[in-house]
Amino acid sequence: MTAEAIPDFPFDRATALEPPTELAELREQCPVAHVRLPSGDTAALVTRYDDARAVMADPRFSRNLARDGAARLSTTKDGGLFSRRKMGSEDISEGQGHLRWRRLLSRSFTVRRMEVWRPRIQAMTDELLDSLVAKGSPGNLSAGLGLPLPVRVICALVGAPSEDQDKFAHWSRTMLTLTRNTQEEVDEAYQGFNTYVSDLVDRNRANPGDDLLSELTQISDSEDGRLSQAELIATVRGLLLAGHETTSNMIAIMVAMLLSERERFEAVIDDPELIPGTVEEVLRLDSTLSAIGGVPRFITEDVNLSGVEVPAGSTLIPNTPAANRDPRKFPEPERFDPRRENNQHLTFGAGPHFCLGQPLARMELQVVLGTLARRLPSLQLRDAPGDLQLRTGGISGGLQDVWVTW
Amino acid sequence: MKVSVDQDLCCASGLCVMKADQVFDQREEDGVVIVLDEAPPLDQHEAVRAAAAACPTLAIQLSE
Ligand code: HEM
Ligand code: SF4
Repeated sequence: MTAEAIPDFPFDRATALEPPTELAELREQCPVAHVRLPSGDTAALVTRYDDARAVMADPRFSRNLARDGAARLSTTKDGGLFSRRKMGSEDISEGQGHLRWRRLLSRSFTVRRMEVWRPRIQAMTDELLDSLVAKGSPGNLSAGLGLPLPVRVICALVGAPSEDQDKFAHWSRTMLTLTRNTQEEVDEAYQGFNTYVSDLVDRNRANPGDDLLSELTQISDSEDGRLSQAELIATVRGLLLAGHETTSNMIAIMVAMLLSERERFEAVIDDPELIPGTVEEVLRLDSTLSAIGGVPRFITEDVNLSGVEVPAGSTLIPNTPAANRDPRKFPEPERFDPRRENNQHLTFGAGPHFCLGQPLARMELQVVLGTLARRLPSLQLRDAPGDLQLRTGGISGGLQDVWVTW
Repeated sequence: MKVSVDQDLCCASGLCVMKADQVFDQREEDGVVIVLDEAPPLDQHEAVRAAAAACPTLAIQLSE
């Protein structure tokens, strides 16, 4: 194969909400496909459900693309978020160190601990919707609800002031660059974010509260090997980033996906019991949240995927939108079916790194959908669905501002 | 039906508890799964199968 034959990735697409046609073609004809990344490096795109799941869940495969020989995604010299050597993340990102870290955090995300958040998320949603409605139709759903809700939620959970949302939204976006930022901007973002978080830790130490940060700071200060100071800072930075960026994008995507085919929204108005199933179908059929469709893995052992031998030293990208439409797993995969059974989509991953914040994200999406259906049943997109624009230039994708009328 | 779990695999997602809270629970200290009823009654079997299928780490084993 010549270098010219390797297609550039991410692929272009006709409209913001539809996946690029290449994904389905590759899934059927070339389930492990070489693609060229914005950095110029190549990776293998994995598009079938069973393969993508296997890649995500295999504990032998590394999420650390700072390793020698791993592909870089981004145009910056550090290679982007997954390739950059980050202080405090090394030990907790895989293996036994990851398990130790995960066990520390997961106690705050159990079903029981999450229950107290539903009424709080409802109150935050109502308050944000009050001000959106007060400003009058049309309203900017992304700026008025999509971004501020997840920020308020994760800030309340972690114990950070939500007034700083613009700051860390900016740092997060910059850290997630694919092509849009310079190395200098990225370095500044890390520096700004780290300083902000270590100040937050210091303030919190002087004045502890009933939040995750206070709990983790105490654990870290006890110096019993469970969490170093650098790991504490990396963790809080990671939670603030992961907690708001994906969920805020997904709220806007959900509203766009449901209003662009409005019978989906109307079905929820008629039968609120469809809320959880509708959210799951949105999650399954989303194709814009991530520009590359999944979190890459670097493999240090040969692996066989759909009969293709993939050599050690390859970087694999499990592509969730392609996998979530695999007819081998989902009957009539293109059909939006809120009553679908066994909807085991891969949007929150699989295996040991399965999204830590998944119960929180699901709850936020369900509360938003329920509240919109109840309070604004006349909700519509202001613009034609075909005019929705993708956010480009980042590893994280999503839609540019979604405007609605009611 | 016999239910067993591999706690080392469990990532504490809580999905099994959402599907079958008569049969699964999570440890207070780290959210790891615990089995409340290793031989659940017939009316729980469907929920338990759904829980095993939903488990993101395939940590739940059933023998019938
Ligand atoms: C709709 C919203 C969200 C989506 C689609 C999403 C998706 C994902 C995915 C696919 C992974 C796995 C990455 C991998 O396999 O390497 C992941 C991991 C993670 N997510 Fe989320 N996420 C969302 C919301 C959240 C929220 C609200 C939080 C904050 C609490 C969060 C925190 C995390 C963390 C900390 C990890 C790393 C877990 C680990 O490595 O063990 N996410 N997320
Ligand atoms: S569903 Fe699986 S990973 Fe999640 S808590 Fe239950 S056993 Fe653990």
